[in-house]
Amino acid sequence: MKALLLYRDRDFEFPSELPRKLDLKQELSPHQLDLVQDLELVTLFNVMSGGDRFLFEVAMRVMLASLDDASAIVYRQHVLADCLAQPDLVRELYNIATEAMEVPKKAAWGWSSHYPASILAGAVRALEMYLELLKRVRLIADQHTSDFQSEGFSTLFRTLQLELDDQYFEAVTRHLKQLRFKNGVTMSAELGSANIGVNYVLRSPGSRRTAWRERIGLGTKNAFSFTIPPRDEAGAQAVAGLEARGLNLVANAAAQSADHIKSFFAMLRLELGFYVGCLNVRDRLVTKGETLCVPRPLSWEPPSLSFTGLGDVCLSLRLEKPVVGNSADVHGKSLLVITGPNSGGKSTFLRSIGLAQLMMQAGMFVTAESFEAGVAKAVFTHFIREEDPSMTRGRLDEELSRMGRIADEVSPRSLMLFNESFAGTNEREGSEIGRQVVRALLESNSKVIYVTHLYDLAESFRLELPDTSLFMRAERSRDGLRTYKLVEADPLPTSNGEDLYYRIFEAR
Amino acid sequence: MSVPKIAEATGLPSIDDDSAVKPFASLMYDGHESGHELLQPPPYFGDSYLGQVVETLYKGREEYDLAPFFFTKAPDLATIAYRQQIFRDLQEGGLLATVQRFAGQMRKMRSLLRGARAVRYKYQKEGFFLDAAKTYCGAISALHGDLASAELSSRGLSTFRRYLDNYVISEDFRSLAEDTRRRAEDLSRVVYTVTIQGSRVTVSRYEGQPDYSAEIQQTFERFERGATKDYRVDFRDLPEMNHVEAQISELVARLFPEVFEPLDQYCDRYADFPDNKIGVFDREIQFYVAYLEFLATMGSSGLSFCFPEVTDESKEIFASETFDLALANKLGSQKKVVVNDFFLKDPERIIIVSGPNQGGKTTFARTFAQLHHLANIGCPVPGKRARLFGFDRLFTQFEKEEDLDNLAGKLETDLQRIHETLSAATSKSILVLNEVFSSTTLHDARFLGQRILERIIDLDLLAVYVTFIDELTTLPKTVSMISTIVPEDPAVRTFKVVRGDANGLAYAMAIAEKHGVTYKRLTERFKR
Repeated sequence: MKALLLYRDRDFEFPSELPRKLDLKQELSPHQLDLVQDLELVTLFNVMSGGDRFLFEVAMRVMLASLDDASAIVYRQHVLADCLAQPDLVRELYNIATEAMEVPKKAAWGWSSHYPASILAGAVRALEMYLELLKRVRLIADQHTSDFQSEGFSTLFRTLQLELDDQYFEAVTRHLKQLRFKNGVTMSAELGSANIGVNYVLRSPGSRRTAWRERIGLGTKNAFSFTIPPRDEAGAQAVAGLEARGLNLVANAAAQSADHIKSFFAMLRLELGFYVGCLNVRDRLVTKGETLCVPRPLSWEPPSLSFTGLGDVCLSLRLEKPVVGNSADVHGKSLLVITGPNSGGKSTFLRSIGLAQLMMQAGMFVTAESFEAGVAKAVFTHFIREEDPSMTRGRLDEELSRMGRIADEVSPRSLMLFNESFAGTNEREGSEIGRQVVRALLESNSKVIYVTHLYDLAESFRLELPDTSLFMRAERSRDGLRTYKLVEADPLPTSNGEDLYYRIFEAR
Repeated sequence: MSVPKIAEATGLPSIDDDSAVKPFASLMYDGHESGHELLQPPPYFGDSYLGQVVETLYKGREEYDLAPFFFTKAPDLATIAYRQQIFRDLQEGGLLATVQRFAGQMRKMRSLLRGARAVRYKYQKEGFFLDAAKTYCGAISALHGDLASAELSSRGLSTFRRYLDNYVISEDFRSLAEDTRRRAEDLSRVVYTVTIQGSRVTVSRYEGQPDYSAEIQQTFERFERGATKDYRVDFRDLPEMNHVEAQISELVARLFPEVFEPLDQYCDRYADFPDNKIGVFDREIQFYVAYLEFLATMGSSGLSFCFPEVTDESKEIFASETFDLALANKLGSQKKVVVNDFFLKDPERIIIVSGPNQGGKTTFARTFAQLHHLANIGCPVPGKRARLFGFDRLFTQFEKEEDLDNLAGKLETDLQRIHETLSAATSKSILVLNEVFSSTTLHDARFLGQRILERIIDLDLLAVYVTFIDELTTLPKTVSMISTIVPEDPAVRTFKVVRGDANGLAYAMAIAEKHGVTYKRLTERFKR
């Protein structure tokens, strides 16, 4: 039985045991770490988690495991719509699943034991508790089927009713009784290597009838018996060992059954956990007056990206007021180059696109009036970084090594976000490297958004790739103050670092 | 397992096709048995790091005692060819997997026979013995079948195949195989039940009672999702039966006399089954397998290996895209080892290596020694193509850091050693000197270097001479090669040594090249 609330046809892959301490470097691949760091995703994960470690992990892992297929995105969008409409029921289901996580502790079950008999006893106790929780889940399914419209929830509820019918509960209860084995253990065996018994299989007890001749020890070749003398302790142990082999499988079966139920609840909790996270963010954003919309996932070709009133969700979650939104229409272009003065909002703009893309590909809403974009196979970021503190390598070396690592993972249909990349050397060399990298990416059917102050680089794109590129520039009002608005405009040959200098130095 | 493609050599000495005459004796020598190899490594194994290679190479293969084969230079060029052919057959005929399977079965057989000797109870002994024979027969049949369809061009393997062809149709083997099969089949049909009620144990024939754990699983299977934890307690199957099991086994024997009486007779009849020459094959083929497996661990890093042409006539040797095998081994397949080319054109005999420190000079010197040793024991060598010299003796002398204490005495010992070397060397010898005078004064080093080089030139030795003294490169018969520092992560010691000047790539593009992020490299990478 599966929950199937995140994918139509499969479970979400999640570690069964979370590391004791959250350590992003341990848990994420280098490129995921880049995304988290460059897009400041921790802010988003924190709000989604509401301070809960588990929800943080869920938010993080689901967000980073981007969907790459529009219909899968729509599937999640519909489940999310149900959740946004029925927040209380969703949180209640989540709480039952969370309660199920406590069962092993309460039933004193799940510690590894060397005694099949004790494994069996613990598993039986746990199964009894799980049965009660399953009954509660089914009750919700029975009572609220019509309150949920999405394919995901409808399927889940139907499955619950079908699989957890009354006969099922009866059968399980009956077996739990039989598993006590009051009348001894019979098992079959075969001869393995060195003629030692192997393949011990527990057999239904009591089905072999003993003939009377056998009972009085006469004329039979069908059965022979012996008895361990009372003082032969080693013999008694050996017999117990054989019996354990018989119980071994059934103890394993019962314990695994308990595990199966536990993992159903775990999966339910995880998948609902993501939507609970979405509820948490929604509540926060709506309270402070942000506009949310359901993004429209489009096919990769022709290149498409278009939005209005798009804000940086993480920036918004840190501020009191709603953030400035930007609009752009980049349909038909696979390269977007953003130039303009420092602190002109270029990075925020770039991040807002990256975040919206990731949120869309997680099935979430985005902070915009409208947002539509081609669904990427993967999103990569390459942002300028502080110099390597260990001083073991130069800055350019670090940047290029990072790029080299990304190149290992890039496949066609990647969205690549560059922020002042390859500025670790002089303009001529940095531009040359940037040009080569971008050209190779575009030719492999990827899309690039490039924030740069390197005029040489931006201008060469304008001259060499006029049909594939769109240029935007951070805008300034006449008084020299930045508006954090970006407009479509060709790159300008002068950098605006001068402005920044005057603002900082003259303002004192 | 994938083995890196090993490039062809050209101009291998040909082997006369008189293979029909000689019976199978060894995979190491054409027509006679092995047994006279060196038990200790040659002196240059330390400097060349071949000692490290041997360790990795034969890890887990101690039972075969292969190191002597690796220590000992082949007696002549024909033997080198004999071995290269076997390598090639193994690699190209897809035989590697065959041999690995065979070796695994033979190892298993030996351990089962040891088991049969070690245990106490009769039916357990017999069980081990039968399993050993079964494993052996299976191994022989599989090997025979695989070799039958293999295209063999090596004399060693063809001769062995003929031997095996005769062995499998011999009466000895055929009856062993047939009886083994029957006994095993009978035993495999035995199914019995054990019922435990308190201290009473009842053994019966099995009568079809249903599997109870399956019933349990069926009830819960709607929750099945992937693999869960395995709660089965791991009952270690001790090699020894306990006395309860022994009692049970006796009752099982009484329940099934039609199975156990023939088993007793069988064990008497075949008490000493394994064949000697099969044993020779089993051991010696490991020399080849171990090496090919070792190469395969480096296959993913894009490194190449080739069969070198080995000659003792021309000193126009070369190797392209070669590398230090010990270094590649140490770095593993994650890090890329820089490959180097070298060649000598008459009258060049001596490669003088100079250039910046930590630029790969020592690695180059080591590579040169390794290549020649490997070629002369008949192994494929690192590189795309190579022609190497069939030397009579190989000498190395490397500066050792720990020697720096006693400088005055050291120079004397160094010179003494060089003198001994040069006295023992012939025009067929190879000499690799690495920074031998680095701890003396510049004046001395220049003077001594020049003198020693002149002697090397007179002897017409093939030599590599690593030095910090530029002037030495002007002598006749020498060619200059220079280590270069690629803009590297200093932690990674992978370096290039080239003829003439370092390349003039701009620093930034060189780093981009190093990380594979130039347009050209990226386009290739994205295609994958």
